[in-house]
Amino acid sequence: MSAHDELEGWREMATGLRGLQPEPPPTLRPAVLERVGLADAFITVAGPAGPLLVAFNGRGISATAPAGDEAGFVQRFLARHRRPLRRAGEPPARLLAQLERYLGSSSPGAARGPAARGEPPRFDLRGVSAFEGDVLRKSAEIPRGEVRPYAWVAGEIGRPAAVRAVGGALNRNPVPVLIPCHRVVGSDGRLTGYAWGVPYKRTLLAAEGADPEELERLGRHHTRYLGSDTTRIYCYPTCHNARRIGPAQRVAFRDGNAAAAAGYRPCRRCRPPAAG
Amino acid sequence: MDTPPELPARLARDLDGAFEELVRGHERLLFGLALRVVGNAHDAEEVAQDAFERAYHALSGYPAERVAAMRLRPWLARIALNLARNRLRRRTPPTRPLESADGEPLPLAAPAGGEPAAVAERHQDRELWAELLAGLPGRYREAVVLRHVEDLPYAEVAEVLGQPVGTVKTHVHRGVRLLRAAFEARKETVAR
Repeated sequence: MSAHDELEGWREMATGLRGLQPEPPPTLRPAVLERVGLADAFITVAGPAGPLLVAFNGRGISATAPAGDEAGFVQRFLARHRRPLRRAGEPPARLLAQLERYLGSSSPGAARGPAARGEPPRFDLRGVSAFEGDVLRKSAEIPRGEVRPYAWVAGEIGRPAAVRAVGGALNRNPVPVLIPCHRVVGSDGRLTGYAWGVPYKRTLLAAEGADPEELERLGRHHTRYLGSDTTRIYCYPTCHNARRIGPAQRVAFRDGNAAAAAGYRPCRRCRPPAAG
Repeated sequence: MDTPPELPARLARDLDGAFEELVRGHERLLFGLALRVVGNAHDAEEVAQDAFERAYHALSGYPAERVAAMRLRPWLARIALNLARNRLRRRTPPTRPLESADGEPLPLAAPAGGEPAAVAERHQDRELWAELLAGLPGRYREAVVLRHVEDLPYAEVAEVLGQPVGTVKTHVHRGVRLLRAAFEARKETVAR
């Protein structure tokens, strides 16, 4: 082989090899940004009060919205989180299965308790303040089918005077339904406010087996707590223990002082405030 | 594409703000490298995604001075190469070696239904080179890909592979010789 042929052969190969640089698939970059939490994708899942849009990234679930206005969801998401949001190309099977398990069937009483429902999903709560985080985590402790007043959340997180701020923090909940801020209501049993509107809150609570009409009726009669005259313990009306009190044993109290005066102690499960 | 000189400093200051540019500037390299090691686009994309994700978490844990002084391209390529090798190790490779035990190139069979007139066409050319490259032993293939497909200088190839420059040069030269021989053999087979 001559030196000329040698050079030509070499050039041919160099060109051939250089031509092997492939175009990266267009899905690569968005997928990377979503995995590290610099962009988000959303899916639609069945919720207890209708279909939900659920946004997520590699750090966890970042936002929810009622289905119907996807463009508005994307716009609000961008304004609040300053990250792009797009519909997920490939539905993430693991997340879907986990959400399905966590949200469970909408029928009240079906598979009660966290064990049967599966672990709560991971959340991406960047942008949520320490106080807001405390409020959201506390509201997530309220069992399905039960409610607690704003003042209870404030007391439990050690900020008993911050009742209004608790309402504000819940209103800013980035992941309604999944973090159940709808389970926090007024001390008088009224549903007061909800970021997605009070009718949505009512539907959610009813779907979970809390009876909003009954709560409002008790509130109108100034009944905050229910006690049992056999155990001498008083509870919030939706507490699992309160529901087990038979009609003949049930005693109504308007506050902790009245209960204490009658010789009752607060339930250790739902922790209503003691006399004070 | 070369790493923009100011990118490490920007990553050190604001990782979240500059990370997309890091991906944009290196996705071609990481995907291309992974593709030549694992052999299919689906696995190569996953390898590239994993590599960028690891890079992000590593960068977020490093002190700012360290990030600002980093040589991003060889560092990223090395992460991707290791992930690609691991993935390859997990399955049985269907590749056929281009050399026999004594280091001599093995003749390649002519492609099924070979059309001599079309061999020169660019698309088929690319497939041919990809196929010949895939037949190289791994250590030669990695060196040839980094040097002659991705066009990295020898010093960076050595950094990616964790080998002395001399070793890298030897591997590139041997790989190129095997490729040339295989190419000539293929041309002869087709011409006959």
